[in-house]
Amino acid sequence: MVLARVVGTVVSSHKSQKIEGIKFLLLDKIDPVSMKGKGDFVVSMDSVGAGPGDIVFYVSGSSARNTDVTEGKPSDSAVIAIVDHIEKDGAFTYQKNR
Amino acid sequence: MILAKVVGTVVCSSRNDSMNGARYLLVEKSNQHGERKGDYLVALDVLGAGHDELVMVTEGSPSRETPLTTNKPVDALIVGIVDKIDENEQVTYMK
Repeated sequence: MVLARVVGTVVSSHKSQKIEGIKFLLLDKIDPVSMKGKGDFVVSMDSVGAGPGDIVFYVSGSSARNTDVTEGKPSDSAVIAIVDHIEKDGAFTYQKNR
Repeated sequence: MILAKVVGTVVCSSRNDSMNGARYLLVEKSNQHGERKGDYLVALDVLGAGHDELVMVTEGSPSRETPLTTNKPVDALIVGIVDKIDENEQVTYMK
């Protein structure tokens, strides 16, 4: 899974009929040490209620269809977790609400 | 599979993977010498890999081919903890 920051949302009214009612998040991949965005963006289907500002990670490829929200949908990217904290070599590099 | 070092953990209370007992580890891609390459990903750990251990990570849908991960949203799974690597009859990594 790849770590990313939710930087925005994507709205589409004219879309594939099967993906109605799904929220699309604009994600910027991050480096977990500096927590800086890499400027490498992806649109991902939200399955966990994430919003702008959250640090999340997402699954890609066929595994993106293995959530209740994206099952049977044309999805190759799904946010499956909102990160509370990241620890590296014994120190926190990220803590939510800190 | 790729080689990676376990460098940390990623904790999340709200998750949608319905896999209890599975931990998310922060791993850093590394070479056959165990040297870290600065490229990180989150991998599911069911083996109890420890900090700074060299592990093999399976990516993509094959990571769903275990009893715990069947039909689960996972695309990076630690499938083995490395004890030793040799290359051209030279040991390049020893646990």
